[in-house]
Amino acid sequence: MSRTALTIDDSKTMRDMVAFTLKNAGFEVTEAENGQLGLDQINGSSFDVIITDINMPVMDGIEFTREARKRAEARTTPILILTTESGASLKNEGRTAGATGWIVKPFNPEKLLQVVEKVCG
Amino acid sequence: MSDPMEQFKVVFFEECSELLVNLEEGLMLLQRGENDGETMNAVFRAVHSIKGGAGAFGFDALVGFAHIQETLLDEMRSNAIEIKPEYIDVLLQAFDILSELVGAAQREDAVDKNYGAEAAQAMKKIMETSGTVEVKTEQVSVDEEPQNIKTRHFNISFKPFEELYQRANEPILLIRELNDLGELDVELNTSDMPDITEMDAELAYFSWKFVLITEFGEDAIEEVFEFVEGDCELIITEEIAATTEITTAETDPDAVRQGAQKTAVAKTSGGETVVSQSIRVELDKVDRLVNMVGELVITQAMLREQGSQLLVEQYPNLVQGIEELSRHIRDLQESVMAIRAQPVKSVFSRMPRLVRELTASLDKKARLVMTGEETEVDKTVTERIGDPLMHMIRNSVDHGLESPTDRLDAGKEEEGTIHLSAFHRGGRIFIEIEDDGAGINREVVLKKAIENGLVSPDATLSDEEINNLIFLPGFSTAESVTNVSGRGVGMDVVRKNIQSLGGRISISSKSGKGSKFTMSLPLTLAVMDGMVVEIGGEKFVLPLVNIIQTLRPTPKEINSLPDGRNLMMFRDEYIFLVPLYDVFDVEDAITNPCEGLVVVVEGDGGMLMGFIVDDLVNQQQVVIKSLETNYELIEGVSGATILGNGRVSLIIDIATVQEMVSRQYAEPQKYVTETETPSSRNSSLAQTSMEVH
Amino acid sequence: MTTIVANDTSSDEKIRESAQIRQYISFNVGKELYAVEITTVREIKGWIPTTSLPNSPNYMRGVINLRGVIVPVFDLRTRFRRGKTEPGKNHVVIIVKLDERTIGILVDAVSDILTISSEEILAVPDQDVNPEYAFMEGLVAVEEKMVAIIKPKLLFDMELVPDMDTEIEPEAEVA
Repeated sequence: MSRTALTIDDSKTMRDMVAFTLKNAGFEVTEAENGQLGLDQINGSSFDVIITDINMPVMDGIEFTREARKRAEARTTPILILTTESGASLKNEGRTAGATGWIVKPFNPEKLLQVVEKVCG
Repeated sequence: MSDPMEQFKVVFFEECSELLVNLEEGLMLLQRGENDGETMNAVFRAVHSIKGGAGAFGFDALVGFAHIQETLLDEMRSNAIEIKPEYIDVLLQAFDILSELVGAAQREDAVDKNYGAEAAQAMKKIMETSGTVEVKTEQVSVDEEPQNIKTRHFNISFKPFEELYQRANEPILLIRELNDLGELDVELNTSDMPDITEMDAELAYFSWKFVLITEFGEDAIEEVFEFVEGDCELIITEEIAATTEITTAETDPDAVRQGAQKTAVAKTSGGETVVSQSIRVELDKVDRLVNMVGELVITQAMLREQGSQLLVEQYPNLVQGIEELSRHIRDLQESVMAIRAQPVKSVFSRMPRLVRELTASLDKKARLVMTGEETEVDKTVTERIGDPLMHMIRNSVDHGLESPTDRLDAGKEEEGTIHLSAFHRGGRIFIEIEDDGAGINREVVLKKAIENGLVSPDATLSDEEINNLIFLPGFSTAESVTNVSGRGVGMDVVRKNIQSLGGRISISSKSGKGSKFTMSLPLTLAVMDGMVVEIGGEKFVLPLVNIIQTLRPTPKEINSLPDGRNLMMFRDEYIFLVPLYDVFDVEDAITNPCEGLVVVVEGDGGMLMGFIVDDLVNQQQVVIKSLETNYELIEGVSGATILGNGRVSLIIDIATVQEMVSRQYAEPQKYVTETETPSSRNSSLAQTSMEVH
Repeated sequence: MTTIVANDTSSDEKIRESAQIRQYISFNVGKELYAVEITTVREIKGWIPTTSLPNSPNYMRGVINLRGVIVPVFDLRTRFRRGKTEPGKNHVVIIVKLDERTIGILVDAVSDILTISSEEILAVPDQDVNPEYAFMEGLVAVEEKMVAIIKPKLLFDMELVPDMDTEIEPEAEVA
């Protein structure tokens, strides 16, 4: 069975790139446009990895992570936050919310896979 | 399949154009002081997303500029910097530059290093004066791989806290990663583990000790534990052997990054197919297809002509086959035309900036509301409608809208509204520009037209006719030519441009309430539905869309005016009869409408006219061919087509025929002199047109 | 034919400089002989009825369909103020290319293909004083007959001859 991933980003470019890269690595990828829609996706199904942007309308990535961690389906799912900020504050905010790790944008597909492999083996 | 990166780029630029529209809308809301919190966030996100995507493709100039903008917006949305109107102005300037940079990236143009430096400086100044962050040019993060040639010996002590597990990190994965760095010796310490009855599944009890022999440095080890920093106790110590370490001190970050990207591209390009959003096709190829379909339509018309002469009883299947073929060709043609269709958004999106600039320089207040931006029109229309549209918007702001004080005096809102909309109706595209200004001052217009010799002083004109005077060549409404509208382009040029696209423009205006310009354009510029009519043995094509009805009047329905024009009673009103044989200089035509036929057509501004023709031939699709390619534009004719018999037939442009006729009669003096000279039937029209131009 | 010309010119630079050899198609309008350079000629067609255009100069005979392209046809006789050609089966239309445009010239008949060296081309005597004759490139004698080499562009390019109509009309009416 192939591994599953959820990518949450309001930017279609980003979603496409993440999805494309992960599909090539054998993942089955689900896409969501914001945190709220992301939560809807984890309702009842668990993913092997979740990659979320931070800045999104409706529900941002931090809030999503916090909420996701409360769900049984996502409690142990590695959640990676995408951030262009290399500063520590957002990472910490993400970590406080329960994020497993982060990917600093701009990323290349190789870097993305490397991080994904790192957190979900 | 093409390079996926290229496809991502296509998606990226599509997304950028949406984001830029959102960004601009948001900024304009903010400028009007309408900030509900979400607006500022949306504005920030737009810039943020553009920057994010731009970074992935290495558009450095764009990333650099967006970064400054993003930083400022971030400060503003977190209320570290107050949102002041003058700051929004700076952001709007920055918006323009950002748009340009996106455009440059898309065109793959080189960008001057200093481009946008002024706006960037202005933004930085806001942040400096507000005493917030210092903006650094964002460093593209590069994973510098320590190039350590000698092996090193590390002792690592690792004790996870419970948070590590709560964040879904997994010690086993970290150990595996460490193992990848070199030779790893693992020792698990379970001494903290309580009795099994006291164990809490949520707590962490294990700790490890590692010995790692590796070629990598300490930072590589730290990187393994990057995500668990703070969630564990981590002690890394190195046993320094008595060997000299040779570390290549500097690696060229660019080289590393480029190398990494190269492999990334190579890796992604071989993979499975991605869902394709769009493909890029050279316009030439599309046009070749359009032309071929055009030829097919002509051939089909020819076949049908033959078919009608065949005995249906004798070859029923053949006739039916031809009918079916016609339907398929029509579908094919529609699909091909759809390829050239584009949303008008690309043109509309230029207008907010224009309105902003205009209101600033004219000291007016205006709000631009746009609807129907997704309406699709032929690419040629989007390419050529921009200038006329800009001119009309300019006109609306300059002449249409009153000054804020005048508006208040008139009991209106201080801020005027210009509504730009696009929609489909009845097989055509409509674009409307409506303002809530003062409306056309018909007194001034008429006076001007008389002064310029466009109308005789004693002419009595309807309101509608006066409105339409502004489209005449040589008419300029600006009492004093402002530097905004006075660019030497009049509404006549606007109308010409619209007409060259096969379109019509009309105006309606209410004094004190505002004006509305309505443009109607064909869906496609290559094919149209036409009615073939015969005039004196020549065949002409009338656009079907303009035809209201065809009838043969009785003599008592016809009335003559002293100037020679004939009127016909139609649906309880008098309409003018237009002798097409005269306009197009055709001999041996039927001149008496009661012997021939009258085709009632709708011209500009909804004006009805009766075209006198000998007979109707048939209704068919015609392919529009240009006369200008090898000859020149002929007044009254929008193009030519090739009929089923291979002969060329002219397509009548109803709007210009209307113009030619009304010009002939709107200038009574000229008309008189013309009729006095004995000349050929057509010359009165032809000569008049020359004098006016 | 054109290839031969090209070979000639490129093989011997000196000859090309001293005497350019070109080929021309000659045709007649009445008894007069005219010629155009062969490289500008796209094809020669028998006369087919045209669709006339309103408000055009009198020498503009209308347009024809040339494989899907609309091509204007001009009457050379009318252009030279010798009345209107009454075309029949034997009349031909020479399709020539002028820069971007393609036009047709109605003439009585095609006569010959001539190979002429530039040295043989003589100047038009009063061209300097009479700009009307600018369209003539020169004169050449072929078998004791005079052939006028014309430049169709100067005769029929509407941008170059904007007020041709008004100039010609009076005399045409006299004729």
